[in-house]
This record gives sequence, structure tokens and C-alpha cells, in this order.
Amino acid sequence: MSLEVALPIIIPLMTGTLCVMLWRYNVIQRVLSLVGSLALLGVSIWLLVSVIEHGHVVMYMGNWVAPFGITLVADMLSAIMVVLTGMMAVAIAIFSLSSASPSHERFGYYPLMHLLLAGVAGSFLTGDIFNLYVWFEVMLIASFALLILGGERAQMEGAVKYVTLNLLSSAIFLSAIGLLYGITGTLNMADIAVKLGAAEHTGMVDVIAVMFLIAFGIKAAAFPLFFWLPASYHTGPVAVSALFAGLLTKVGVYALFRVFTLIFNQNVDFTHELLLWMAALTMLTGVLGAAAQFEFRRILSFHIVSQIGYMILGLALYTPLAIIGGVFYIMHHIIVKTNLFLISGITHRLLGCYDLKKLGGVYKARPFLSVLFLIPALSLAGIPPLSGFFAKFIIIRAGVEASAWVVTGIALLVGLLTLYSMIKIWAEVFWKPLPEGQDDTALTLGKTPSSLVILYIPVILLALCTLYIGLNGQPIYDLAEFSARQLLNPQAYIDAVLGGGS
Amino acid sequence: MEPIMAIVVGLLYAAAIYMMLRRSIVKLVIGLMLISNAANLLIFTSAGMTRGGPPLIPEGSVLPEGVIADPLPQALILTAIVIAFGVLAFAVVLIHRAYNILRTDNLDQMKDTDT
Repeated sequence: MSLEVALPIIIPLMTGTLCVMLWRYNVIQRVLSLVGSLALLGVSIWLLVSVIEHGHVVMYMGNWVAPFGITLVADMLSAIMVVLTGMMAVAIAIFSLSSASPSHERFGYYPLMHLLLAGVAGSFLTGDIFNLYVWFEVMLIASFALLILGGERAQMEGAVKYVTLNLLSSAIFLSAIGLLYGITGTLNMADIAVKLGAAEHTGMVDVIAVMFLIAFGIKAAAFPLFFWLPASYHTGPVAVSALFAGLLTKVGVYALFRVFTLIFNQNVDFTHELLLWMAALTMLTGVLGAAAQFEFRRILSFHIVSQIGYMILGLALYTPLAIIGGVFYIMHHIIVKTNLFLISGITHRLLGCYDLKKLGGVYKARPFLSVLFLIPALSLAGIPPLSGFFAKFIIIRAGVEASAWVVTGIALLVGLLTLYSMIKIWAEVFWKPLPEGQDDTALTLGKTPSSLVILYIPVILLALCTLYIGLNGQPIYDLAEFSARQLLNPQAYIDAVLGGGS
Repeated sequence: MEPIMAIVVGLLYAAAIYMMLRRSIVKLVIGLMLISNAANLLIFTSAGMTRGGPPLIPEGSVLPEGVIADPLPQALILTAIVIAFGVLAFAVVLIHRAYNILRTDNLDQMKDTDT
């Protein structure tokens, strides 16, 4: 029994259930949510330590040995993702203490948040392709409900697009599972890898690979399937946007990493070439979209798209260094992006809007907040010595070593354009004086109220993480290298799962 | 049997995509319903359609007797139907709420969050 693999799923589910039972008691739910998130972070670190020790940690549900039952597997990539989920859960739980409005809390904000976390953790830990579909749906239904909390006009429009495209993606995913089951007769991912490796390679496998690529590409918001993301992410409550921005698209990226290293690794020339151009165009369209926007959270949403391109690029180049870069990028990106969304929430609290043209004067009134913005913003653009610099450096170096000149050139250009977007936010929100006629009472209030201090805590913690990765990147690099070694050697994963008992 | 099923599945996908390309949100949801059913039928067909007995093992033996049907696709479809039912129930409520708030069922008029 390796309980640490199951606990990251059980804890949020239990927390969510308890929150439902205490429906009327908002204060208890808030505390429970924080305790549950801390517990999730705790067990995820336990899982990481266990994975460092054993390599793969496997647990058979109901003791049905693979490939007959559902298997939970944690390798390094899963463990890293679960730890990041725990960190984001804690950050959002603290932020929600002050940012969640009573009307959101009354409609099940905390239960839904923990259901979402359970879905995310389940997706990272399952070793069964159909089970992955089920966890995706758990995550989706929670995210649907969270996105429309409040029921404003823009939220409804955003939700219609978000729901439609995600359900379409699920249908394609399900069809691909059906076809894959028709070929291999199994659902266990390790077993599928064995069966596909042994069978003769046919065009059907490529078709299924492309179906998975489309299904996960929609979830990950890759080109040309990303349009739902900038149309919906900026409409929800800010803590929800931050959680989505950090975790949801990364579940799609994780699934791409898992499927295209473990299962579809026979015809790399075709699948990974496709991924490569998808990555290049994702980076470019995302950053160009951001350049045209003047709404704080919409700019950040488009940057999620462009950053997804870097992660997929790491997978597409398919060399050890590139995979290290991809994993490192995911770690850096989740922390930084969530942080930027949280900061947009603080400026919204201070000035009451997200429109760059109506914002201003924050640097003069709140220099500390401005520094807190600069850390993740410059990190996102890849300025040394922050975390984004090393993430981009590894990927671009891998691109140069693989002689993928065009894509590497695009990656460098996109870095520059990212800096342009971040400077635009800096100049409009922080640097320029507040436009005439804007209410600045909250901004210029001398003493910081305690509700605002609570909003600062997660931002400071995440900024410290960014600084730590930047200044002391070696341990993080080692983790990424560990996971790249495992991802490029799927035999170890297969042996661990099908080895029959731990 | 498989060719007929293949044609039915193909027609269902085609009808679903056609409905999703309409302008009305009600037709959009009908399209989503059809596509989830098409996917279920696809699993059923691609897993192999065998005429066989129930996959039960008689007492005292370790293997089932004769030709049996594969129970796994049925379990998958059952799970997928339940999930699709829940999600579609949400989608129906969502379009109802969206209609009440936006006062339109035309997707072309839901462009405020796009630009």
C-alpha cells in the first residue's frame, strides 16, 4: 500500500464533502478550505519525497493488479504537478479568505474549489486512460460551476464558449479512447504502450494520436484551438481565474506529456513534428493576441496561451534537455501566472476595474505592490535572474542543439514581445498617473486594511518561490532532470505498473 | 453488422457537428448531446460486436464457457452516459440562464467577451 498516491485525491474530496455538509456556515468552510489545502500540500510533499526515493510509486485500486483494475501511478512529473497543485491550493485558499464574496460562498464556492482540486490531482495520478477521462470530467464540471459564480453577463457568454469547447474536447477524447481500446483491448496506459509497441504500426495509430492531440490541445489551449480561453478566463471571480490560469490548461499539457512520451512514441517524426509547429504557432498567436488587448486579465489570458507553446515545444523537440526545459517551464509558469492573476485581483480591489486605460498611479501609492508585480512580470518575460530566464534558457538551448532554428527564433521573439506586454501593464497600471475622474479612495488610504494584507500574503509567498527558483535553480533543475529521465525511458514506468505488486 | 454501425456512427457525428455549427444555443446543446451519443456508439462498435453470452464464470471453473461478450466497453459506455447526462443537465441550465440574462439565443450576438 502506498497511501501517499491516493491521499492527494482523497483529501480535497473529503474537504469538499465536509464543506457541503457545513453549507450554511461560511466561516467554518473558509477555515476548512485552508486546512484542507495545507493538508493537500503536506501529502503532496510526502508523495514527492517518496517518488524521489522509489522512482515510481504505484497503487492498485481495490487490489486488482494491473492491467485489470484501475492503477494510480506517480512518477516524478506527476509528483511535481501534484506539489504545484498543493501550493496553488494554499495560495488560493488564503486569497479567498478576503476575496470571496458572501454571495459566491453561499453558492458553494469552497466545495467546488476542492472538487476541482480533486479532479486535477486525479488527472495527474491516474494510470488508466479512461480514468483520466473521468477525472477530466470531474474537473470540468467543477470549473463550469465556478466560472459562472455571480451570474454576470460576461460570465454567461464566456461560459457558453468554455463549456461547448471543453465538452467537444471530451467527446473527441472519448472517441479516441474507444478506437484505442478497439486496437489494444486494454485501458491501462502502461499496457497500451506494451501492446502498441508489439503490434505492427498502422495508420490508425497515427489517426488516434492526432485525435488525442486535438482533445488535449483544446484543454491545453494550443493553436489553433485556444479561442475559448481568452474569451472566458477573465470573466470569473478573480481567485477562480487565478486557479484556472495556474492549473487547468496545465492538466492538458501534462496529458500531452504523458501520452506522447509513453504511448505514442513509435512515429516521432510525424507526431512530434506536428507538435513542434503547433507549439511555434501557439507561442506566436498568443503573444500577438496579448499585444492587442487593454484589459488586465485578458492580456494575462493570452499570455497563458503563448506560454503553453513553450511547454509543448519542450515536448516536441523530444531531446532530454528539451523535456527538462518543458518540465521546468511548467513549474515556473504555474507559480508566476497564478501570481499575476492574484495581483490583478489586488489592483481591482484598489481601483475597481481591470481596464488598463482607467487604471493608474499604483506605483506612487503602493510601491511595494509594484515590486511584487515586477517580480512575476519580469520572470514571465525571462529576465535574469528570475525563474523564467532559466526556463526559457533551457528550452532555447535545447532548440539550438536540435538545430530547430525557425522555432527557436520564434521562441526568442516571443520572449521579447512578452516583455513588451508586461511593460505595457507596468506603464499603464503602475507608472502613469491615475486618469481624471477615477475613484482613488481605496488606493490612497494611508493605512493598509487587514483584508488587503490577507490578499498580499499569497502574492508574497509565490513571489518568494519565483525568486528562489531564480536564485537557487539547481534543486529544481535536478527534479526536472529526474522527470525527463523517467519520461524518456517509458520501460521503467511500464515495469513499475505491470510488475504486479509493490 | 459493423458496416451499418459505422454508417450510423458517422451520421451521428455529422448531425452533431452540423447542429453545433448552427447559431442557436439550443441547437448547440442538441449537437453536444448527439456527439456524446456518437462517441458511445463508437466505443461499442470499435470494441468488437460479438454475439455471445453474458461474461459470467460458472461455479467451480476459472474460465467462462463458450463465446462471451466483452463487458468492459459496456462499463465504459455506462460511465460515459452518466457523465454526459450530468454535464448536459448543467449545459441545459446554463443556456436557460444565459438566455434569461442575455435575452438572446443567437451565438453571433455573444461576442462581447471576444474582442
